[in-house]
Amino acid sequence: MNLSGVPILSLVTLLPIAGAVFIAFLPREALGNIRYTALWTTLATFAVSLLIWLEFDPATAGFQFVEEREWLGPIKYKMGVDGISMLFVILTTFLMPLCILASWESIEDRVKEYMIAFLVLEALMIGVFCALDLVLFYLFFEGGLIPMFLIIGIWGGKRRVYASFKFFLYTFLGSVLMLLAMMAMYWHAGTTDIPTLMQAKFSPDLQFWLWLAFFASFAVKMPMWPVHTWLPDAHVEAPTAGSVILAGVLLKMGGYGFLRFSLPMFPDASADLAPFVFVLSVIAIVATSLIALVQEDMKKLIAYSSVAHMGFVTMGIFTFTQQGIDGAIFQMLSHGLISSALFLCVGVVYDRLHTREIAAYGGIVERMPIYAAIFMVFTMANVGLPGTSGFIGEFLTLLSAFKVNTYVAFFATTGVILSAAYALYLYRRVVFGVLEKPALKALSDVSPREIAILAPLVLLTLLFGFYPAPILDVTAVSVKALVAALEAASPAAAVAPAP
Amino acid sequence: MPDFASYAAALPEIGLAVGAMLLLMIGAFSSSTAEQRMEREGWLAILFLVAAGAAIVSQQTVTVSAFDGAFISDAFARFVKLLVLAGSAAAILLSFDDLKRARVDRYEVPVLILLATVGMMMMVSAGDLLALYVGLELQSLALYVLAAVRRDDVRSSEAGMKYFVLGALSSGMLLYGVSLLYGFAGTISFAGLASAAAAPGAATNLGLIAGLVFLLVGLAFKISAVPFHMWTPDVYEGAPTPITAFFAAAPKLAALALLARVLFDGFGGLTIQWQKIVIFLAIASMLLGAFAAIGQTNIKRLMAYSSIGHVGFALVGLAAGSEDGIQALLVYLAIYLVMTLGSFACILAMRREEGPVEDIYELAGLAETNLPMAFILAMLFFSLAGVPPLAGFFAKFYVFAAAVKAELYGLAIIGVLSSVVGAYYYLRIVKVMFFDEAKPGFVPAAPYVRFVMILAGLFVVLYAVYPAPLVDAAAAAAKSLAL
Repeated sequence: MNLSGVPILSLVTLLPIAGAVFIAFLPREALGNIRYTALWTTLATFAVSLLIWLEFDPATAGFQFVEEREWLGPIKYKMGVDGISMLFVILTTFLMPLCILASWESIEDRVKEYMIAFLVLEALMIGVFCALDLVLFYLFFEGGLIPMFLIIGIWGGKRRVYASFKFFLYTFLGSVLMLLAMMAMYWHAGTTDIPTLMQAKFSPDLQFWLWLAFFASFAVKMPMWPVHTWLPDAHVEAPTAGSVILAGVLLKMGGYGFLRFSLPMFPDASADLAPFVFVLSVIAIVATSLIALVQEDMKKLIAYSSVAHMGFVTMGIFTFTQQGIDGAIFQMLSHGLISSALFLCVGVVYDRLHTREIAAYGGIVERMPIYAAIFMVFTMANVGLPGTSGFIGEFLTLLSAFKVNTYVAFFATTGVILSAAYALYLYRRVVFGVLEKPALKALSDVSPREIAILAPLVLLTLLFGFYPAPILDVTAVSVKALVAALEAASPAAAVAPAP
Repeated sequence: MPDFASYAAALPEIGLAVGAMLLLMIGAFSSSTAEQRMEREGWLAILFLVAAGAAIVSQQTVTVSAFDGAFISDAFARFVKLLVLAGSAAAILLSFDDLKRARVDRYEVPVLILLATVGMMMMVSAGDLLALYVGLELQSLALYVLAAVRRDDVRSSEAGMKYFVLGALSSGMLLYGVSLLYGFAGTISFAGLASAAAAPGAATNLGLIAGLVFLLVGLAFKISAVPFHMWTPDVYEGAPTPITAFFAAAPKLAALALLARVLFDGFGGLTIQWQKIVIFLAIASMLLGAFAAIGQTNIKRLMAYSSIGHVGFALVGLAAGSEDGIQALLVYLAIYLVMTLGSFACILAMRREEGPVEDIYELAGLAETNLPMAFILAMLFFSLAGVPPLAGFFAKFYVFAAAVKAELYGLAIIGVLSSVVGAYYYLRIVKVMFFDEAKPGFVPAAPYVRFVMILAGLFVVLYAVYPAPLVDAAAAAAKSLAL
């Protein structure tokens, strides 16, 4: 099939918007129609995005499916994907139908607004990964705040107002600094075109400041220690599907940003500041793993574990090696599946008991054996057990870190052990033990709808654990080009100084 | 022989002034009821405004200097005039229903708005200090009366009084500055001032600098830049809401445009001197606008502080002191006009059976009782906060881009940080509308109010789809100013 001439990326981006507009005209009471429209829209978007994967040429390092249109004088509407961004688009479109399904019964209030918010959010997230212009990227990147703010604030838990404000203001604060940096880049390079800017050589001094400004935004989004505190609040208060999108896609924008902007555009500053990122990554891995150990709330525990896992991602990215960056991308994608799945698992029991407190559970394996098995798969994947997708990413990033800096790798490895501790501890307290709480006795096992949501995630987690090639093949060439460009730009970056 | 070319250049202003007189006569001699008169005069006034707009559009695109340089008609003036006319027309549309219900349906209101509009157009086209002053006073006097139009109401009278006293003070300062400038430069034309300002030693000419400072202070009062903003919250709160909408939109635009013209055309040689003052005004306004609005619960007072903050952002463009800066300023003004009018349309729709309400907590749960209005107001407020992809983002984008290009990094950083602080109070209103328990719904809004609301909402949401025309028009306008 030949896709040349078809603006397929714009199509994928606009499809959810079309669905949202359609839902806007449906009557409020037509819950079934609204839900099915949302589901079919997201499924159609997913199908179209699969076409992109099919037609994607993994042997090319440059951008593919490029579209360019006049928009704002020197600022163009330009879209395109490469090996780094393409899979994030697929991840987004893949998780979205699951989110809609997960909200099928748990969201009964203002369904219409909910579905519209999710579809708009989907469009903006896809746009982030496709945008090839700074301003366009910023538009999508920040635009996502509005629907997410509403999703947390309207359909969230008890402290939803606090969480939504914290989420919005934290992210907004980081991003406005990035916006100023983008303007400075525009005036210095004379363009906002991302591929051109990757070739632009900024002076080292300027790079330093630009890097910091971008870091302010991506570190918050990632989130890195110590600016991660918005995440546990947002996760705990968001509805299940909101948590899935937060963990699955929104967090990946930070890592994607490092790969798309910080590394290729500011190679000198990246090399200089890599030790700084390593320190923050290691602290994130160790400290937040320890914090996760003492959590009483399931979602909060998974949120902290997300911060720890993102620590591996930043560590891998800043090794500037093929393995490290491949591993980081793999880790992001796999974490997108696993943490989403874990939040969905929490959602399953939350829908039944309406509490996320770990202490309220115990011994549910007796009533929910299938659930226990599924939860086990994801717990193991979260730990990074070989055979699950969680292993590949952690292994690759640790391997590359070892080559670059042994201390960093040493401390990061303790994080693997700690993750086993908190994940298994959670599993034991929730699933095993004696079933003595009366509320738990009436639990029913996962419904067919819930199996439909979780089964694809189980399959993919195991598939990519045993056979990671489909992902690594796509990323390899683009990452190789990135690493080569980094080495050419600053030879020092290739081998970071050993302490 | 009369100077026909000059009259032709000023035709829109002359037409509007004659129209205002005509309306006054019609109103005075008409025998219909007050209600009918107000409505009819309002529509006629809108007709005049549209006609003036059409006349401006059809004018030649070249720069015309009329009446010996006292009146300049260029792309810059035409751009701002069109915005001012649109703002005035929208304000009249918004006023029909509200004034009728408040029983202040006086036919003088449209007439006064027309006169103020003539004054604003004069200001925008002013080519010397005298035209500047006359235009400014014509506008101000009409506005003083408008603020106090609900004369039985204590708050409205207080607003008018306060506005008048402080406005007179600022006019006095401005006039003092004008006389100093005349004394030291020996001319009142901007072109003459420009050569005096460019002359060697101008930067140390105390009289010239002092005159410039007084002029700036007087104008800073009119645009309510901090620290000359004290009147704004009280006047905004006290004046009838449609009048407040008018205050927040058109006069601000005209005064900012006038400021840009004076500083660029008249004091281009002293850029380094006035830039410092403008930077201070911008920073002070942005910060005060952001922090002082947090504690407000009256939505009109909140909008007053919001407008102070937005003037600060617009001044960032001016502070850049470049053609990019002027372009950014114009884009900002255009988008700000729409957002303000839309927000005030929503405020006018806040009305229960008992009467209008102004407390922000009255908006609680609006998303459940009136989702379209809640959606539009949320979009307008997100846009005012500068969140992409809404129109307000583009406004902020251009002013900060101009500041970064001029290497005013400190100003830009303080600016974006205060926009984050400002986002908090806009978000708070979104929170009240969407997250809080619903209060009883509002009575349906008047059709014109709804019309303005929907138009503004569509503009802010869809602006990103096709942003180029406004930016290009502003670029062309900026070119005619920056020499």
